[in-house]
Amino acid sequence: MTTVTTANESATPQEHEHHGPEKGIKRWLYTTNHKDIGSLYLWFAFIMFLTGGAMAMVIRAELFQPGLQIVEPHFFNQMTTVHGLIMVFGAVMPAFTGLANWMIPMMIGAPDMALPRMNNLSFWILPFAFAILLASLFVEGGGPAFGWTFYAPLSTTYSGDSTALFVFSVHIMGISSIMGAINVIVTIWNMRAPGMTWMKMPLFVWTWFITAFLLIAVMPVLAGAVTMVLTDKFFGTSFFDAAGGGDPVMFQHIFWFFGHPEVYIMILPAFGIISTIVPTFSRKKLFGYASMVYATASIALLSFVVWAHHMFTTGMPVYAELFFMYCTMLISVPTGVKVFNWVATMWKGAISYEVPMMFSVAFIILFTFGGFSGLMLAITPVDFQYHDTYFVVAHFHYVLVTGAIFSLIAATYYWLPKWTGVMYDIGLAKAHFWCSLISVNVLFFPMHFVGLAGMPRRIPDYSVQFADWNQIISLGGFAFGLSQFIFLALLIKACRKQGEPVDAKVWDGAEGLEWEVESPAPYHTFTKPPKID
Amino acid sequence: MLKRDSNAQQKANNKIVARLALVVVCMFAFGFALVPLYDVFCDLTGLNGRSIQRADAGLTADDLTQVDNNRKVKLEFVSFSKAGHQWRFSALEPVVRVHPGEMQNVRFTIENTSSETAFVQAIPSVSPGQAGLYLHKTECFCFEQQKIEGKQKVEFVMRFYLDSALPKDISQMTLAYTLYAVDGNTTARVN
Amino acid sequence: MVKHYKFLAALALLLANSVKAASSGESPSTYNLTKGVTDISQQVYDLHMTIFYICVVIGIVVFGVMLYAMVFHRKSRGVKAANFHESLKVEVAWTIIPFIILIGMAIPATSTLLDMEDASEADLTIVVTGSQWKWHYRYLEHDVEFYSLLSTPVEQIQNKWIKGDDYLLEVDKPLVIPTDRKVRFLMTSDDVIHSWWVPDFAVKKDANPGFINEAWTKVNEPGIYRGQCAELCGKDHGFMPVVVTALEPAKFDAWLQKEIEAKKAAAAEEARLLAMNMSFDSLMKEGEKVYGAYCAACHQANGAGLPGVFPGLVGSAITTGDVKEHIDIVVNGKKGTAMQAFAKQLTLAQIAAVVTYERNAWGMNSGDSVQPKDIYQFINNSGE
Repeated sequence: MTTVTTANESATPQEHEHHGPEKGIKRWLYTTNHKDIGSLYLWFAFIMFLTGGAMAMVIRAELFQPGLQIVEPHFFNQMTTVHGLIMVFGAVMPAFTGLANWMIPMMIGAPDMALPRMNNLSFWILPFAFAILLASLFVEGGGPAFGWTFYAPLSTTYSGDSTALFVFSVHIMGISSIMGAINVIVTIWNMRAPGMTWMKMPLFVWTWFITAFLLIAVMPVLAGAVTMVLTDKFFGTSFFDAAGGGDPVMFQHIFWFFGHPEVYIMILPAFGIISTIVPTFSRKKLFGYASMVYATASIALLSFVVWAHHMFTTGMPVYAELFFMYCTMLISVPTGVKVFNWVATMWKGAISYEVPMMFSVAFIILFTFGGFSGLMLAITPVDFQYHDTYFVVAHFHYVLVTGAIFSLIAATYYWLPKWTGVMYDIGLAKAHFWCSLISVNVLFFPMHFVGLAGMPRRIPDYSVQFADWNQIISLGGFAFGLSQFIFLALLIKACRKQGEPVDAKVWDGAEGLEWEVESPAPYHTFTKPPKID
Repeated sequence: MLKRDSNAQQKANNKIVARLALVVVCMFAFGFALVPLYDVFCDLTGLNGRSIQRADAGLTADDLTQVDNNRKVKLEFVSFSKAGHQWRFSALEPVVRVHPGEMQNVRFTIENTSSETAFVQAIPSVSPGQAGLYLHKTECFCFEQQKIEGKQKVEFVMRFYLDSALPKDISQMTLAYTLYAVDGNTTARVN
Repeated sequence: MVKHYKFLAALALLLANSVKAASSGESPSTYNLTKGVTDISQQVYDLHMTIFYICVVIGIVVFGVMLYAMVFHRKSRGVKAANFHESLKVEVAWTIIPFIILIGMAIPATSTLLDMEDASEADLTIVVTGSQWKWHYRYLEHDVEFYSLLSTPVEQIQNKWIKGDDYLLEVDKPLVIPTDRKVRFLMTSDDVIHSWWVPDFAVKKDANPGFINEAWTKVNEPGIYRGQCAELCGKDHGFMPVVVTALEPAKFDAWLQKEIEAKKAAAAEEARLLAMNMSFDSLMKEGEKVYGAYCAACHQANGAGLPGVFPGLVGSAITTGDVKEHIDIVVNGKKGTAMQAFAKQLTLAQIAAVVTYERNAWGMNSGDSVQPKDIYQFINNSGE
């Protein structure tokens, strides 16, 4: 979508001081370089992905058979809670921020992020947030055990004292995300190279731009919600306590006012990634670029008026239920437009199946599965049956694992050669793909069945009729968990630069400024802005 | 767009950062503003059956002359007292049938079986929620905190009428009170 | 030949059995929603299948086109990429067509939802109160109320015994409702949010502390229907099932009458117990039973509790201190904690027994023995 006429930067004298990275740990602690910070975010996210994954393994091991075998119910609840928090705030969101850091400046022809020092800070407070959260598991009484949604009064009157640690760590995560989002917006707004007009921006940049606004709009609301939980629990307020005129249902309204846009925060950048990869390997321009931008914006806007579809069983007036049902159904229109656009991009292309494309195709199909179950969940009268069952668990894992996570993996396979300068081990990558693809479906598909058959979520033990499926689900879970070690091995190999060196333009069909700079991308790129037609 | 002059760039960046920071602060405040907004919303829609917790000042004789003699609505009164207290809270007429528009009295008793003085607040909830919008209380012990001396049994009267505009499809509704302890000197946040 | 006949007969029997089981709803589907036993649940099931089939059709069309492109528009087949990248007509079409499909879905969804909203007068109102981790049922216009607790033995949960067919879906005293009558449920909670769910009725409604919610059902077939709490409510969220027995109206009326009489008889028994002393052994025996059913979930069977969450009882200030304070905490609970007031849940004899048990079990052997009349006296003269 953008063509670069000159990207020759070494011909002119440098305006900025040009130096390589510092040596040792200081490089990472003090870095303000968008590429270093991007790498930090990505590695941090991957470590959190494995940590949250380990908790999922505990959950699946306990659920392998009916009866209590491995963990106590109280610890089981801590596992489901912290698994959710880590995956959402520790894995998916930082990974997208990492990609934004690495790619947005290179995609818009900027030398760095607009606010490099804030960038450093927004990353380095994250490890503290998660250290606090994980440490809370070891205090007396255990960590948060009220689900990642921390519904009051379970998280207030009836929670342990470690709730204070939970609130504190969520605050830090929130501040980090907000700073990251501000940085993205300012960078995109102010730092685009001359000629990089709004409607020339790569879709990944567009989706992140919209995501950043969502983050700024809703992360403060989450901060407000946890603050109210804190004061209700420790300082005698009664926001969520009927005794003092409060209302526990109000908590859910405030939480989901944050929570639903949050869902799109985790999927919009994924749309951007898929919209970048599919055209590359179809060797054809993205179909309907403008409608993609509008679809993304309308999904973001609609996300503010559908929150109560998470709460149909709380007892709402029927016209409120109808309103939220209709709005929710409406979201499938722009989402459908995106899927149709991707298919139309592939139509009459010259498709080849490199690993990023394999993950992207899997994304399109499996994310659409998640979209279908989402549409079913939107139908209020039927949602009364689905609500809080494994059907919901299946739905959001299809959109978050085979959606968000698969897009992140696809992005990694797409840009990793650009980052390291070498082609990764394609054999391992394909093994990773097939193992993940098969196991993830063995893991999540049967969850639809047990959910429909009536198995509630967040239970450590279940009645015998669900035993067969749960065994299969657990086996799929273990296989999916193990498959990620293939990915780890591949990443370590690639970072040690083991592999064939690659050209600047790694993929023959790729377009965009990031492919104009050499591979590996130099420590400083576009210190002199490129010229764009 | 990228500016060549780094000072100008800095200024332009700062301007946007300041605006975005303002948005962040406003959204944080909005999170808290949702609390009173929610109450307003509940009062308007009957969401969650939070029947309006105050006497109806604008009661006119007109409201009462419009008694709808063609139908009767079954009204149930349910009383809960928060576990952990030595109170006996009961509705003396758990079920009444009323014509919309007709003024009605029902009695509740609160008995404090402990020897200590109790300060209590009754929190109402109506189901179906929309029906709460048509339940007008002119006198109720739930409007304020009640002080019940130890070993005392107090009878309260609640005076109410149903708006004759109550939708025809509602022929049964429930008013529930949950009794909570309050410490005598603070007033509960009342809608 | 004979062998064959036997085999065929066995097969036919098996088939007949499975058909019978399927039609009587005895063996619930392990992969799909139940059709349930009410008109509403049938409607919900039909709606679910309709939406599902629409999704399948859309999926086949979209993925069909995609698979075609994936196979036939491959570079390795030597195709050259086409150059189109927008088409207003197509884009408008695939915005409007889904919209029309959505309207098609919204119509039956709306009508089902409106059918579920029904504030007409019910024949019976039952107040359902959730608490950690049990349900309490109160028949509003009848003097009947009781708790309904999980009855699966702890040995089955700990894998010491073989699990029964209704593992985790069985209670000591199920809710009983009549068939063919409109039954209205009013949900509320004593502590955290719970959610009362019976899949066969397509009823799931949150029980919010301090507020009431309502739902209704009209069951067409007598039977036993099982569900579970559907909102995370703490440690034993997975262990608070809902069991409802639907009886024909005449049988239901008889049951209700019997319950009312049983309540009177229990009151008489209570009065008798007040006049006499229970032996230490019978107190301990009863106490162990009550402890297992009501206390062990938090304080654990060995009385050690869960550090930081639920206090231990062995050698604690309560179980070794003043008997009155011990009775007080059992009768009235402790404000702001998960410790409930058991005054309404347990009989005087049960409270006396469990207090005695907690003071003498786990090697504490205080020798204290608390009688039902002590509890009676405490409740009616407390603070004096």
